[in-house]
Amino acid sequence: MTGRKTVICVVHAHPYPTRSRTNRALADALRKMEGVDFRALYDLYPDFDIDAAAEQKAVEQARVVVWMHPVFWYSVPALMKHWFDKVLAYGWAYGDGGAALHGKHCLWVPTTGGDERDFTPTGLHAHPFAAYAPSVEQTARFCGMRWEPPYVIHDAIAIDDGGLARHVAGLVERLARWRAEPVVGEAVTR
Amino acid sequence: MMRDALVYLAAAVVCVPLAKRLGLGSILGYLLAGVAIGPWGLRLVEDVESIMHFSEFGVVLMLFVIGLELEPQRLWGMRGAVFGGGTFQLALSGAVLAAGGVVLGMSVTAATVAGLALALSSTAIAMQTMAERNLVPTPMGRSAFAVLLLQDIAAIPLLAAIPLLAAHAWTGGSPPWQQAGKVLGAVIAVLVIGRYLTRPVLRVVASSNIREVFTAFALLLVIGISQLMSLAGVSMALGAFLAGVLLAGSEYRHALETDIEPFKGLLLGLFFISVGMGIDFGLLESTPKVILVIFAGLIVLKLVTLWAVATVMGVGSAQRWLFAALLAQGGEFAFVVFGVAETAGVLDAQRSGQLTIAVALSMAATPLMLLLHDKIAAWRAGAARRPDDEIRESGNPVIIAGFGRFGQIVARMLYADGRRAIVLDHDTEQVELLRRFGYKVFYGDATRLDLLRAAGAADACLLVNAIDDMADSLALTDRVREHFPKLPIIARARNVTHYVELKSRGVDVVERETFESALRTGRHVLETLGVDRFRAREIADAFRRHNLATLEALVPHFRDEARVLTEAKAGREELREFFARDRAQFETEQRKGWKAGS
Repeated sequence: MTGRKTVICVVHAHPYPTRSRTNRALADALRKMEGVDFRALYDLYPDFDIDAAAEQKAVEQARVVVWMHPVFWYSVPALMKHWFDKVLAYGWAYGDGGAALHGKHCLWVPTTGGDERDFTPTGLHAHPFAAYAPSVEQTARFCGMRWEPPYVIHDAIAIDDGGLARHVAGLVERLARWRAEPVVGEAVTR
Repeated sequence: MMRDALVYLAAAVVCVPLAKRLGLGSILGYLLAGVAIGPWGLRLVEDVESIMHFSEFGVVLMLFVIGLELEPQRLWGMRGAVFGGGTFQLALSGAVLAAGGVVLGMSVTAATVAGLALALSSTAIAMQTMAERNLVPTPMGRSAFAVLLLQDIAAIPLLAAIPLLAAHAWTGGSPPWQQAGKVLGAVIAVLVIGRYLTRPVLRVVASSNIREVFTAFALLLVIGISQLMSLAGVSMALGAFLAGVLLAGSEYRHALETDIEPFKGLLLGLFFISVGMGIDFGLLESTPKVILVIFAGLIVLKLVTLWAVATVMGVGSAQRWLFAALLAQGGEFAFVVFGVAETAGVLDAQRSGQLTIAVALSMAATPLMLLLHDKIAAWRAGAARRPDDEIRESGNPVIIAGFGRFGQIVARMLYADGRRAIVLDHDTEQVELLRRFGYKVFYGDATRLDLLRAAGAADACLLVNAIDDMADSLALTDRVREHFPKLPIIARARNVTHYVELKSRGVDVVERETFESALRTGRHVLETLGVDRFRAREIADAFRRHNLATLEALVPHFRDEARVLTEAKAGREELREFFARDRAQFETEQRKGWKAGS
């Protein structure tokens, strides 16, 4: 956080961030952005002792929530799932009086080890990547968030430097749009 | 003196276990012992009255101990039962018994005095019986206690009123307002002593660490308060009870209870013996019919009126006769009342003697009535199901032994979660400090069996052994294993030796006090060296698992030093290999990702 008003809250879940190439490059870039509260869950809560109140406060202050993580077994990493379980609580995210997330934008940034060919009916994973997205998407929608087109990064381990740099720049640019022109940005989304 | 002690102790040692074995209870055993050695038995003891007088102090000690278990708030909560139920009992039983007296041809005045005196029950017998049967914490037991408490309060005005009822005018004694002032003064003195003076003195005495001085002070306290009360003309037992209540919330409660207990038990026994000795079989021989009529009338009328009282007080229907049987006997106070009434000319000597015997017989009849009650209840219940156990209000607490840096965290966590814990510690300063922070801590040596018992080890669901001294910690473990084998223990270990000692004693859950914090420190070091926080945690987890497995393997051989050394060395080798394998696996996974195996 830079001390200026938070616009974007990035919830990042990677158990070994220093071992990761793609996630580390993305994290480094997003941390430098103004108006971004970057929350590296595995650094904050290595014992899975999530401080739900602190997480909720961070999310409340932002207009955009980013869920960024490597895809593990077609899903989110364990701590990200635990974050859903603890932070998206009854009476806050849903249920009686649970409207804290209503109207906020949700951008999903999954990174995968496979390339696009793997996510085809004849590929390693037998389905297009979009087939694995509904549970995350519906989590956001159930909490009243506006689901943005996900920013999916494939081939995160083998990707070359140029490709990685383009991905980083692309993500930064998408986030910068909300930061620069908040009102218009909201109107633009579908 | 020594000869008398020999006689009493021998009689008790012979008769009490015998009576218990026969299912008659200890009280009847003592009474029979008294009959056996008394003037109408073997004539081993002559001076019955002075012994009775001396042993009444057992009742005083008993009420002190009862008071210790009753905190002021709880006593306050009983006020309805005491003043409503208790007064009702005294009035109803007294009136009915007095009517009985009139029927027997007594004057109205004499019948009123006798009726009220007979309406009183024996606190000693009733409480002792309830304690033996574990009835004190039940709702029925609390109602019975409330009735007994009011009787103790009422006995003094009753005594004071007898001279006023007498035919001849008031002679001697101080005027009533002066008497009232004395009583008020004494009660205030007890309040001040119990509330403000005793604890600081106890603290000084306890910190001297000389056990017998603590015991001496405990006795001094009770005797002093009793004397003060008797000077003011208040029942000694009531004064002791009040002092007990005032100390119920103190950290020394269990220690006081533990120290007073043996004296209380012995003196109560002596008291029952003296009641047995005091039964005048000569008079019984000369006017047997009258005495039997009085005795039977006392029992029957009291049973019936008590049954009605139990109904009004809301005692469950299954327990009303038990309540009545527990309180149907005449009390020790009746002896005093008859004596005073005789002196005042309200009762003639023969009638007073007959009443005294009837009361003594009714005391002896109590255990028999209870046996009969049990038989009838069992018969009525038939072969049907046994009644549900009474659920104790107190619940099953966690006992925490040792409230230093370690036990404190455990206890505070339990308190934070709204759970009850009984904490024992023997460091006076520590106890004092924590009390100031509002923790319920009791002073005492947790390795002592009687203190454990007083703290409720028999009912506790768990013992946390957080004592820092290793020898004490092991002593406590042995004590609990021996006497409360079902009580689970969670223990703190100072080091590996201590850990293994505890494990080899069958303690399932043992935590080394520095192990977890050292692992955390190790994690911080790895993190500072640039390792991901979650990876550092995984390394610590792996280390813990391996370390505990190695330690467990040591437990069976820990006395064999050579074996321990080889095991430990092998353990270190294994650990190195394990970490090397784990690291290789981790690296592969991180490098290859989802492409692996494809």
